[in-house]
Amino acid sequence: MRLVVDLNRCQGYAQCAFLAPDAFTMHGDEALMFDSQPDDRQWEAVLRAAEACPVKAITVEGPGGVPAGERSGASGVA
Amino acid sequence: MLPVSLDGSLERLRREGRIVIVGASLAGLRAAETLREEGFTGTLTMVGDEPHEPYDRPPLSKQVLLDRVPADHTKLPRRRPVDAEWRLGVAATGLDLAARRVRLADGSELDYDRLLITTGVRARPWPQELEAELDGVFVLRTSDDAAQLHRRLSAGPRRVLVIGAGFAGSEIASACRERGLDVTVAERGAAPLVGALGGVVGEVAAAMQREAGVDLRCGITVTGLEGDAAGRLRCAHLSDGSKVEVEVAVVCLGATRNTEWLADSGLGAGPRGIACDAGCRAFDVRGIVTDDVFVAGDVARSPHPLFGYQFLSLEHWGNAVAGAEVAAHNMISASADRRPHIWTPSFWSAQFGVNIKSVGVPPMGDEIIVTQGSLSERRFTAAYGHHGRVIAAVTFDQAKWLGFYQHLIERAAPFPPDFPTVDRRPEGRHPVPAGFPDPSLPSHGPTVTLSGHSPSDRRISFTPLRA
Ligand SMILES: Cc1cc2nc3c(=O)[nH]c(=O)nc-3n(C[C@H](O)[C@H](O)[C@H](O)COP(=O)(O)OP(=O)(O)OC[C@H]3O[C@@H](n4cnc5c(N)ncnc54)[C@H](O)[C@@H]3O)c2cc1C
Ligand code: SF4
Repeated sequence: MRLVVDLNRCQGYAQCAFLAPDAFTMHGDEALMFDSQPDDRQWEAVLRAAEACPVKAITVEGPGGVPAGERSGASGVA
Repeated sequence: MLPVSLDGSLERLRREGRIVIVGASLAGLRAAETLREEGFTGTLTMVGDEPHEPYDRPPLSKQVLLDRVPADHTKLPRRRPVDAEWRLGVAATGLDLAARRVRLADGSELDYDRLLITTGVRARPWPQELEAELDGVFVLRTSDDAAQLHRRLSAGPRRVLVIGAGFAGSEIASACRERGLDVTVAERGAAPLVGALGGVVGEVAAAMQREAGVDLRCGITVTGLEGDAAGRLRCAHLSDGSKVEVEVAVVCLGATRNTEWLADSGLGAGPRGIACDAGCRAFDVRGIVTDDVFVAGDVARSPHPLFGYQFLSLEHWGNAVAGAEVAAHNMISASADRRPHIWTPSFWSAQFGVNIKSVGVPPMGDEIIVTQGSLSERRFTAAYGHHGRVIAAVTFDQAKWLGFYQHLIERAAPFPPDFPTVDRRPEGRHPVPAGFPDPSLPSHGPTVTLSGHSPSDRRISFTPLRA
């Protein structure tokens, strides 16, 4: 699973940190720190957090890695 | 279905065109997603010189150094499949505008119908090459940089030297203190963050650093780094004649645009970035806008109507996302359907436990007024004024007010603001000079650079007009 928070949007109200404390934590009063690639077992909690975010600042890509439809093995991949 | 009014060539481009994106990071990925989202079904090739999939950089100086997230665990989520051919670990080395062709480092070439350039910036290295090679001297831009720096910090160096107290340097110093490491910060300006936020706010940042136990030295430059016989960093010499024993030095002297590969291309690209119009179309050196080359993210400079149509170069996460979405849309749209990239600059930084956020262009501000809260409490909102209007705002742990100020900036509301404030303190009664350093002095600080009106500016140093 992957996630990113648009911290320009984030208001620091900490709903996400309450719902998925392993992926989102407050640092000080207002700064949010998130785990960009939390364990897949947290999927449900992270999804709930993303839905609860009042400013829709959280983008999540589900477990299972690269979304379907990707061509892999492109030439030149180091 | 496409509207019938679209001419056949645009329809063909959207259906079976070839789009190449050079620079596979935040802007490149968001552009690729937008192209697919808007119905582009042709071939899409992503060229990136880093061997990694697109990843998020802001955590590298925060979560990663704080040991909360591994350096190689900040991959960006995809908003949708992008169905692209990924050419990772290969740099683009040249561009032939007439033939519409990109040359790659492995000798291959890519033909395109539309090209998007999102090659970003790289950390400016320590200028003395031999000293830069000493074991213990770092920069921080990539996940590989972060992995190395993290490893070294975890080994418990006796003292870390941070050279340059812009946002990156200050965040690194903050992480070091939080991990219990001794840290010296050397800053040429009068205070940390002074280039980005001015002297009034810089003083607050300085107090935060000192309180956290940082050995902060302002008005100081590092004149030399010295190694031992084994080539390990041993100490740093400062411009006041003093010497600091350090095992690690992190060079935070700002960034250089990745435009060298375009040197002879005829594109309006130089050390200040690639000039593009508000629709993200690149200018060529003659100042004529191209129709098939687009630019987004940190490498772009584009004119902004809110700020006197000066070209702005922004090193901001939000700008990369917004610019990429506009560029991608415009790449596959008829001219009447194109949109301008007139995003109001915004960024955040987390350091010393404080959430710092800003909107607008603070370095344009001549004056500043604290409108809410108090500087000494490190919880405040301040507005910057320029020619009688609100041009920017900054909050320390008061992010919730920022949207209101963004609205004032976008309306060119009068400065000082004429609303009664919620909790006005003595310091908020009158505007004071914002305290930005002379913009013609070399600086590594600001992440917003006003770079004038010339699309083909190729000078290294530039003196923006403050008036
Ligand atoms: C440590 C750190 C902390 C940050 N913190 C914040 C923050 O708190 N808030 C904020 O708003 N912003 C922050 N930023 C800035 C933000 O990360 C950038 O604005 C953003 O990454 C810009 O995205 P981009 O895609 O334009 O460029 P980049 O992310 O720089 O990506 C450009 C890519 O192009 C590649 N490339 C370059 N030349 C070539 C070539 N010739 N061929 C192929 N590929 C090439 C590069 O290697 C790179 O992968 C931070 C940046 C760093 C480094
Ligand atoms: S719920 Fe949304 S706004 Fe609140 S802290 Fe989390 S990301 Fe920020």
